[in-house]
Amino acid sequence: MTGRDGSDSRDTAFNDAELDRRLASVWSTPPGLWGILSTVDHKIIGRRYITTAFVFLALGGFLSLLMRLQLAQPEARFIGPDRYNQIFTMHGTNMMFLFAVPVMQAMAVYLVPLMVGTRNIAFPRLNAFSYWIYLAGGLLLWLAFVLDAGPDIGWFAYVPLSGPQYAAGKRADIWAQMITFTEVSALAVAVEIVVTVFKQRAPGMSLDRIPLFVWSMLVTSFLVILAMPAIVIASTSLILDRLVETHFFNPAEGGDVLLWQHLFWFFGHPEVYIIFLPAVGMVSSIVATFTRRPVFGYLAMVMAIIATGVLAFGLWVHHMFVAGLPRLGQSFFTASSMAIAVPAGLQIFCWLATMWAGRPIFKTPFLFVIGFVVTFVIGGLTGVMVASVPFDTQVHDTYFVVAHFHYVLIGGAVFPLLGAAYYWFPKLTGRMMSETLGRWVFGLIFAGFNLTFFPMHILGLRGMPRRIYTYQPEMPWSALNMFISLSAIILALGFLLFFVDAIRSARSGAAAPSNPWGASTLEWATSSPPPPYNFARLPVVGSLEPLSDHSDDLPVAAGLRVDRRELLVSSVVEAIPEARESSSGDSIWPLWAALATSATLIWSIFTPWAVVWGSIPVAIALIGWFWPKGVPEDES
Amino acid sequence: MRAVSALLIAALASGCSGNQSALDPHGAPAMHVEHLIIGIIAICTVVWVLVMATLGVALLRGRRAGADNAKHEARLTMTVVAAVAATVAIIAGVTIASFYTTRNIGVPESAALTITVRGQQWWWQVFYAGAGAAPGFQTANEIHIPIRTDVHLRLESLDVIHSFWVPSLAGKQDLVPGRSNSVLLRAEKSGVYRGQCAEFCGLQHSHMAIMVVAEAPADYDRWAASQGGDAMTPADPDAAAGRAAFLAKPCAACHTVRGTPANGTTGPDLTHIGGRRTIAAGLMETTRGSLAAWIADPQTLKPGNNMPMVPLTSAELQNISAYMESLK
Amino acid sequence: MKEGTTLDLTDLPPHGLGTASVSWWGTLAFMLIEGTGFALSIVVYLYLMSLAQRWPLDAPPPDLLAGTTLTALLVASLVPNIVLARWARNQDLLKVRIGLIVMSLLGMAPLILRAFEFPAMHIKWDQNAYGSIVWVMLGLHTTHILTDLVETLVLTCLMFSRHGDNARRFGDVSDNTMYWNFVVATWLPMYACLYWVPRL
Repeated sequence: MTGRDGSDSRDTAFNDAELDRRLASVWSTPPGLWGILSTVDHKIIGRRYITTAFVFLALGGFLSLLMRLQLAQPEARFIGPDRYNQIFTMHGTNMMFLFAVPVMQAMAVYLVPLMVGTRNIAFPRLNAFSYWIYLAGGLLLWLAFVLDAGPDIGWFAYVPLSGPQYAAGKRADIWAQMITFTEVSALAVAVEIVVTVFKQRAPGMSLDRIPLFVWSMLVTSFLVILAMPAIVIASTSLILDRLVETHFFNPAEGGDVLLWQHLFWFFGHPEVYIIFLPAVGMVSSIVATFTRRPVFGYLAMVMAIIATGVLAFGLWVHHMFVAGLPRLGQSFFTASSMAIAVPAGLQIFCWLATMWAGRPIFKTPFLFVIGFVVTFVIGGLTGVMVASVPFDTQVHDTYFVVAHFHYVLIGGAVFPLLGAAYYWFPKLTGRMMSETLGRWVFGLIFAGFNLTFFPMHILGLRGMPRRIYTYQPEMPWSALNMFISLSAIILALGFLLFFVDAIRSARSGAAAPSNPWGASTLEWATSSPPPPYNFARLPVVGSLEPLSDHSDDLPVAAGLRVDRRELLVSSVVEAIPEARESSSGDSIWPLWAALATSATLIWSIFTPWAVVWGSIPVAIALIGWFWPKGVPEDES
Repeated sequence: MRAVSALLIAALASGCSGNQSALDPHGAPAMHVEHLIIGIIAICTVVWVLVMATLGVALLRGRRAGADNAKHEARLTMTVVAAVAATVAIIAGVTIASFYTTRNIGVPESAALTITVRGQQWWWQVFYAGAGAAPGFQTANEIHIPIRTDVHLRLESLDVIHSFWVPSLAGKQDLVPGRSNSVLLRAEKSGVYRGQCAEFCGLQHSHMAIMVVAEAPADYDRWAASQGGDAMTPADPDAAAGRAAFLAKPCAACHTVRGTPANGTTGPDLTHIGGRRTIAAGLMETTRGSLAAWIADPQTLKPGNNMPMVPLTSAELQNISAYMESLK
Repeated sequence: MKEGTTLDLTDLPPHGLGTASVSWWGTLAFMLIEGTGFALSIVVYLYLMSLAQRWPLDAPPPDLLAGTTLTALLVASLVPNIVLARWARNQDLLKVRIGLIVMSLLGMAPLILRAFEFPAMHIKWDQNAYGSIVWVMLGLHTTHILTDLVETLVLTCLMFSRHGDNARRFGDVSDNTMYWNFVVATWLPMYACLYWVPRL
């Protein structure tokens, strides 16, 4: 292929317009259905991922309104116990597995390649595959729910309630297999992010010049890689217990009920940080931009993110403080659970110092960051409370804990996510969201959230357990529950307005310039939305804030081929260029592989032989995926 | 006279089921925890207010850009370091306080009274071991304990995980199949303390309450002695007819009434059901009417529970209810 | 050259090998995922053992012959595997073809021995928790041998096709040998756990 490898196929040979034309012809996704199904552009897949995750947010939110309707009055007969158990299980499962984790990873799928200055994510076809698998898992769960076969065992699926003896039918199997779908997709994205950050950074972006959001997604991806296998083992064992009569969780045959809880929480606690750490990155990006200065204590922030990631694996037992474990072990886990407040505190202090030293500009994304600090500190402090064993014996499995983790997950992750949505919307769509509506959205959500969830602390201390479909009139909880249900309407209106604003703005918002907020990271160095190839010429990075140092004349690298999808591979620590590397073109095979995998997984709910027979089409699809097609990207 | 005052106390206490609260402790373990709860919440409130004050000042203070930057940054660094140090100190203090409280609420080596509670979907089976000449006995959904006495509850489960939680007396502890857990229960004064299952256990997790009746040691002894005895044979003709119907119908397949041929073990022991404050795990107060309503249609009152609807004529229903009520 | 260009990438190789290869890092990441899974399965084994009165539960310790032979074979297979890795690095097509055929055969042989390992456990998966975990551990590792075998077979076909003589393919072969090393390395602690821990 040396004939085509001459200087005429290098970007050095062309002026800007010609370069854009040539790059576009190589990188563009073709229009039409085929393009939609076969694209591997991280921006298209990222947008798709984000949109799907927000749809699941809306669905999960709708379920929570149904629960609030039922709980508004004692002994209400609006929803029966069977349906209610499905609803709260769906709410938790949906929010954790189909919304929170995927939406954070989706933001990374869109943003990380742009922020590190590369042209596509590593393993773009795997990226396409992970989206299809995620979508299939979500559809499986929701279709089951619509058909009255939704899981009713809680998002934590404790055995033996979820085991063969007490969960008849296929509801628990559907839960366990939905887990497999979301695991596969989350693990795939985690690998893509790790490799993208390690090997595809723009030249000069050494480790100490990586934006904090990218750091947070890198650590998050490692958490996914190390935590998710535990839930894979757990859900597989559960399915085996249910389907082929293994005895992992059967005490009568040497199994153990608490084994499930250990495995589940060894995954489940890091899961919280898998959701929270990306938010740390989002807050850092927004704070830096809207205080007009870099985040205070970059190194301390990076260390705090890594420390949080490490400590996340030493806390799982605090979900089992009342399960009857030895006291010595509990003391260790109290200490470790308390200790994680230190890196979390450090992060808060660094952001406060940034605001103190900076010049705050009160745009909607920054309002959400302020709301985040107010609420997340409450969630963190109640986290200190539940880390104490004696305290926890009174509030565990009560509405106090419901309040606590909604403060952590909504205050700590959804507020930053909504801020991030306003902040990066122009980069995603090329249009601005409404600042006026944004203030209303923030006000309604902030007020609605606190009015809804703060009283739950009191309910919990006053004895109201979680996961009850009703309560008796003589219990002193009716007034607060009615208040909470009414407040939830305010919260729901806030989210409704957010969706209205997002849809309206995507269609007819004001056109966005490439860097509307005056930010300093690389995603703002390209147009809004970016072209299919992200950067016509790869940026060369000389500092933590490349755009503040070079507002117009960002230094660039040249010499990549334009007749194939080519990007730059650089070294892990210093980001010194190592090789030009091809990036896979569009392919329909990831979709076939996802369909074959989905069919196998769903079929295996009914018979173990599905794994044997299903592996054949999966193998065929994977061979088709990797078999060289003689295109320029296959050359070396 | 004593009976009247006991009734009065019972009426007052059952009227006040608001005592299912961690903030309304009536036993030493719950009191220790309540002190810890109040203390930690107070500290955390102060921390939150300080952080919010800092946030407010940081956002609203005059924007002075570019003023002696290096010195400014150094001062900020010192402040952040001090704040982290303060965090570490507070965390350490809370951890130590927590350890100290844990030591105070542990189950002592030897308790005066040991009771076994076995959780089931969706009721509590309670076993009292016999002491000396007094025989052991079984009851359901109601535990009697003497006041100012350490009571060791042994917690087991027959099916899925449940959690025993009577917040006014002690923190919760799970009942785990295949394992045996313990919790220390202690009441300082007489009263009825409500609790309910705290671990999601299926369809009727919401209706799985338990009453702990704390009474003076003499009252407790009298109660224990009467519980150890067989069921009374009713004198009232309705109740006597009810007894016959109860034994003729499938009821006896699941329920035990000691002193009769009924010896089923699937459902609660009914030997002294008329003396319990509530039926169906706290669902309703025990009256002849509520008993009749429950027996007539348990699935409407507590959907999904394991008691089937047994077809009865209205006379049989009336009589069986009368019989149940008579089993004091 | 355009103004602002500070770096020329023209002379970089058109494909990265070894640590400069994206797929090398991807393989490493997947090994980390699977390694965590293997480690957890051993933890589950030891956890169940710690709860049991006696171990193994209602079964004698496994017979050593099949498992030990398989272990020896796997360790021996590392030699041709490492040689193949070197040939792939040198991009020697003929030798790589031979090496892949050898490694395909060395991927099939353990599967045959594995068939004798399951009965050597003297327990079925549905008898008790001990049976469940040993079958799952053996099964988990077997799927890894199987997937690597399929990958090796596909690569063998590729190297005999017109797509074979290509640095990218040699990189794939190299990654595949790395993965086989991983499959062997993870087996050693599992072997110790399955066969020797019950004899302690």
